[in-house]
Amino acid sequence: MAIVLQARGLCKTFGAVTAAAEVSAAIEKDSVVGLIGTNGAGKTTFINMITGYLKPDRGTIAYEGRDITRLPPRAITRLGICRSFQIPQLYGSLSVFDNMMIGIGIVLRNAGLAGYFARGAAPVPGFGRAAHEVAEHLLGRFGLAEYRDRNAQVLPGGARKLLDIALTMVAKPRVLLLDEPTSGVSAEEKFGIMQMVLDAVRAEGATVLFVEHDMEVVSRFAQRVLAFYDGRIIADAAPQAALADPEVKRYVVGNRA
Amino acid sequence: MKRDRTVALVLGSFVLLAIAGPWLPQWAMFIMTVAFARGLVALGLLLLLRTGLVSFGQALFYCLGAYSAGALGRFFGISDIFVEMLVGGAVAAAIAFVLGFLLARYRGIFFGLLSLALSMILYGLLVKTEALGSTDGFNILPSTLFGARPGPDWVRYTVLLCAAGVASVAALLVHRYLQTPLGRLAPAIKDNEIRVEYMGASARHAVHVKYVIAAALAGIGGALAATTVGHIDPEMAYWTTSGEFIFIAILAGTGNVIAPFVGALIYGAIHTMAYDVSPNTWQMSLGAALLALIVFLPEGLWSIAGRLRAQWR
Repeated sequence: MAIVLQARGLCKTFGAVTAAAEVSAAIEKDSVVGLIGTNGAGKTTFINMITGYLKPDRGTIAYEGRDITRLPPRAITRLGICRSFQIPQLYGSLSVFDNMMIGIGIVLRNAGLAGYFARGAAPVPGFGRAAHEVAEHLLGRFGLAEYRDRNAQVLPGGARKLLDIALTMVAKPRVLLLDEPTSGVSAEEKFGIMQMVLDAVRAEGATVLFVEHDMEVVSRFAQRVLAFYDGRIIADAAPQAALADPEVKRYVVGNRA
Repeated sequence: MKRDRTVALVLGSFVLLAIAGPWLPQWAMFIMTVAFARGLVALGLLLLLRTGLVSFGQALFYCLGAYSAGALGRFFGISDIFVEMLVGGAVAAAIAFVLGFLLARYRGIFFGLLSLALSMILYGLLVKTEALGSTDGFNILPSTLFGARPGPDWVRYTVLLCAAGVASVAALLVHRYLQTPLGRLAPAIKDNEIRVEYMGASARHAVHVKYVIAAALAGIGGALAATTVGHIDPEMAYWTTSGEFIFIAILAGTGNVIAPFVGALIYGAIHTMAYDVSPNTWQMSLGAALLALIVFLPEGLWSIAGRLRAQWR
């Protein structure tokens, strides 16, 4: 399978804390990869380095053969690597629909289809439909149609998570990084949310990396697991094998099991 | 969807003013023209406020516009009102383009104070510059229009009509801009700048653009005020002038592009009356008016329109 994302020897320290120590991983196209590890193990640092929020002290990140290590977040997003957030990052004063329209507007503008006076009526690249149709389409896909006109600030927790992920989809990401997509969501909702997200992502076509603490969710949805501990990847295997690894059992799954 | 009557309202107001204008007393025309000038500055502030930025230094561009207009007359003998506004806006926009590289990095109180500091630098420079009349400033040539000088009875009306025309065009352009994806980024930047960046847009670039637009509007307003009042002085760059513009913007609210002009007109009226009633303590009356407004109409005068609409339904 083709490698879409390749990290080589990433290192990052914050003072005395080592957040990444020689982290290397190759992600295959269209795969679904789960990132596990205790808090502070380096999962989010890994995502932050890929998306350009943090620059690694050493090491490189290549996306489809291109070095993206030093690019700013917006340039990385434009290349097709998008992320969601552990704490949903929404436009709180705007309606759910307008949240989507902001994102679609950025896509149109980056494609040169909207200027100072053009309202962006052109079809959205990647969707071939008008902006408001794309917004409705994605809201429907993520089960958010009923919240369309609600303020993003007052959405229930699960809907906030879904909107956060739906916002990443407007740019037609080819790699999607989900930072704890099911945290802060009730246990019953978790599987439904993951199922919905992965169905939507598969329909749009993207490689997915997701950070997750619930091992049941990981073993059900991930094809491959990267287990982090102390800034290193201690296991890189299929879920069953990774979760059975003695180091993973000891440091990651630990007393939860 | 809510129907948007802004375009009709702007054009309607302009036509009404053009027809009713000649019957207005001279002093009313003067107040209205100055209100258009201040409204243009407040329109730029609306753009910034929607982005979550409060500029305490729009007087910088207001004053630059005014002095550009003044310099045209003093050094080149040009007094055409449209040339004055064009040059005033262009000079302000050019300076803002340069300053924008610095200011677009800052948010919140830092943006506000930095913009204030920059306007005070201009004030300081003008006070020290003998060639531009230092603290006294200088007088501006009477306005002309396309080479013609309107008769004494018609000067005020001509300037008013030009002001209304430019203000209408500016309001409609900003209205249109706010509907484009770039314009719509304003509330998004205010709400969540990190998300804007992670969706592939540059918040700094968007702020820079808005800052330049706001400056151009302030420059046009300054040139207009200069030609209307007939005199300019460094006081136009003083921080209290910036304060007036913020007062107007808050009084008006950021709900609609027409609001700044309504706000400026009401501000002018309050100002004139307060000065009439108590020449020594007019600031106190003005302050009381602002206080009452913040308490009773926190979203500005324009929120009254929304309430009325809700009642009619």
